[in-house]
Amino acid sequence: MSEKRLDEETGQYTTGHSYDGIEELNTPLPRWWLWTFYATIIWGLAYTIAYPAWPMVSGATAGVLGWSTRANVAEDIVEHEAQNAALVQELVGAELASVEPGSDLHRYATARGGAVFRAQCSQCHGSGAAGAMGYPNLLDNDWLWGGTIDDIAYTVAHGIRNETSDARYSEMPAFGEVLSSGEIAALVAHVQALPQGAGGEGETLFLDNCAACHGEQGEGMRDLGAPNLGDAIWLYGGDDATLTETIANARFGVMPAWGQRLSEADVRAVSLYVHSLGGGE
Amino acid sequence: MGNFIKLILLGIVAIVAAIAVNWGRDLAYQVHAFLIMLIAAGMFIWVLRNTGEPAALAPDPISGYDDGVVRAGVIATAFWGVAGFLVGVFIAFQLAFPELNFEWGQPFTNFGRLRPLHTSAVIFAFGGNALIATSFYVVQRTSGVRLFGGKLSWFVFWGYQLFIVLAATGYLLGATQSKEYAEPEWYVDLWLTIVWVAYLLVFLGTIFTRKERHIYVANWFYLSFIVTVAMLHIVNNLSVPVSFWGSRSVQVFAGVQDAMTQWWYGHNAVGFFLTAGFLGMMYYFVPKQAGRPVYSYRLSIIHFWALIFLYIWAGPHHLHYTALPDWASTLGMVFSVILWMPSWGGMINGLMTLNGAWDKLRTDPIIRMFVISLAFYGMSTFEGPMMSIRAVNSLSHYTDWTIGHVHSGALGWNGMIVFACLYFLTPKLWGRDKMYSMSAINVHFWLATVGIVLYAASMWVTGIMEGLMWREVDDQGFLVNSFADTVSAKFPMYVVRGTGGLLYLSGALIMCWNMFMTIRGAKPYQQPVAEITTPVQGV
Repeated sequence: MSEKRLDEETGQYTTGHSYDGIEELNTPLPRWWLWTFYATIIWGLAYTIAYPAWPMVSGATAGVLGWSTRANVAEDIVEHEAQNAALVQELVGAELASVEPGSDLHRYATARGGAVFRAQCSQCHGSGAAGAMGYPNLLDNDWLWGGTIDDIAYTVAHGIRNETSDARYSEMPAFGEVLSSGEIAALVAHVQALPQGAGGEGETLFLDNCAACHGEQGEGMRDLGAPNLGDAIWLYGGDDATLTETIANARFGVMPAWGQRLSEADVRAVSLYVHSLGGGE
Repeated sequence: MGNFIKLILLGIVAIVAAIAVNWGRDLAYQVHAFLIMLIAAGMFIWVLRNTGEPAALAPDPISGYDDGVVRAGVIATAFWGVAGFLVGVFIAFQLAFPELNFEWGQPFTNFGRLRPLHTSAVIFAFGGNALIATSFYVVQRTSGVRLFGGKLSWFVFWGYQLFIVLAATGYLLGATQSKEYAEPEWYVDLWLTIVWVAYLLVFLGTIFTRKERHIYVANWFYLSFIVTVAMLHIVNNLSVPVSFWGSRSVQVFAGVQDAMTQWWYGHNAVGFFLTAGFLGMMYYFVPKQAGRPVYSYRLSIIHFWALIFLYIWAGPHHLHYTALPDWASTLGMVFSVILWMPSWGGMINGLMTLNGAWDKLRTDPIIRMFVISLAFYGMSTFEGPMMSIRAVNSLSHYTDWTIGHVHSGALGWNGMIVFACLYFLTPKLWGRDKMYSMSAINVHFWLATVGIVLYAASMWVTGIMEGLMWREVDDQGFLVNSFADTVSAKFPMYVVRGTGGLLYLSGALIMCWNMFMTIRGAKPYQQPVAEITTPVQGV
């Protein structure tokens, strides 16, 4: 322990402590520091009175300003809806095919439809709408059930192969019960070579069993949702194993009837959005 | 007798670990079990061969204190620092150039696994070793006794290194409980708890046996850091292992309670690990290097207790605008703002200690490092309260501004003060006059400073830009930018950030070279050996 001494440089006395030669000055707290500290404490108390802050037995103090994040969001939503009320009305009444790209209505519909798509459709069709195995790519111009805006809107509203009576419907037979595995292999080879085809047994089988829906050259048929087999686009895959499985067991892709779950404006908006992605007719 | 028990324990551990290698349910667990088996077997042989050696440590020939463990800590700090900075620079460039997530290295070297490796390496390996080493150095000298517990301090050191290795390899192999800054799985957490209790015993024991009447302020800060980190670590890691033979575990808290516990922990990891502990460093090394008395004893008392009391409540500001109730968010913000002055108390006490020694700023690059670290400390402890304000946070949250804030604190305050301490300690611990090259310290200072400025400035720019882009809506109220738009807009700033990190890393490499040359240097130096009594043995 050293004695308290006057430090010449600062004019302050030391406390008399010394630790490994380190002394401490007894300088008072800087005033500006202390008053700023007090000011933040007073501000803090005032703020906790104004805003929800102190936990009580059940719930917490609400604050005299009545502020809450939930109320703020609700206000924002009301404001957003009021701002676009006229456009919503226009959208619900519009002839979809005549909505001009670039117009305010089209801009609104595709922005709103994009939001609907990301929330409701992206789980199957992908956030970029590029699809996945069994879920069609919506960016290209290969449409199973038609690519005009009215076709798309109908598909969105009523869905595919679901329990509703207006849904788009078709059913491919499971040819594994009808054809032998050798016949299916010949058919696979023929389908892979479409539109020219592999000829021989495969062609005969194709014309007998498949052409009614898929067309003689495998060009597909939109009324039945029968895919074009002559292009390079495959919904489930074009390799031997996948095609064999498709022919033997058939496929039965389902899409919900979104008209039952979304508002009319949402269905129309998301249809315009999908139509605008690149392949719309 | 002690060795007998040790041998039995090590034998059991080695056998159980061998079984665990066989029965382990995942790769990380099996690799860890194998490591532990090797270490336990090696320790078994080592203990066996050293039976009959004296149990107590001899006082250090240079200082008379127990400095062997501090020397090891200094080397470990430099080593892990470089490792952590290197990974940081690499992942910074991975963000700018995603091709650096090499296909051949998947999944071990993708950003997601390297990022916790970086944060843990710099915070816990670099910062933690610096804290343990300096606290052992400081507590002996300010208490006038050697370390309590004899070889227990070595257990703390090596036990902590094992924790680091288990954590780091675990991340790469995919073992994580997905809590930021608390990623290690349950058995690694348990091991750290044991090591930490030993650390507390050594530190408290040394304070209890001190010869000074009072406890020096640096030791208050170190002790608060050790005690609070123990509490935070245990509560945030409460979990139930899925199996004894696997690394997976399930947290006991769920939903918003889990989030709140996590950020109570996360924020106080900053508050007590990176602030209180490092203020302990500051309170010894700054007055020592400046050769001046601490500016204000009264301020140290008031700001210590204010800091300790207020920090623990500030966590909810990490969860503004989430499922956290509004009231908790308000309280977190209010306590954070009130925390401003108590934080600045440490900066004032550090900077004003230079009163009467400001001229050293021109001549002493080590003092300059202390000063810039305090300046960054002051800046980030102002920025923090500001960012905790809800209105500011609604812009800054989830953006790179947060990353910039963290790094101006971590690179500026924590990094710089550790470098300065290493430059202070290396000559003293190895009995040299001074560092091998003072001009290399100067080069390090400028490389690091420019690096931090590039890092922080680029992150401010890109963070605020990102925040503004995210909230930009068109006249119909729809978002204008997609997330990918912000990512591509940030590219140039990501390159600047990586460059800043590269400068910082090269400074640290120069420091390692300088330390190596100092330690290797032939010039011994005479320092009076302190007169100290043999510490109480036991434990």
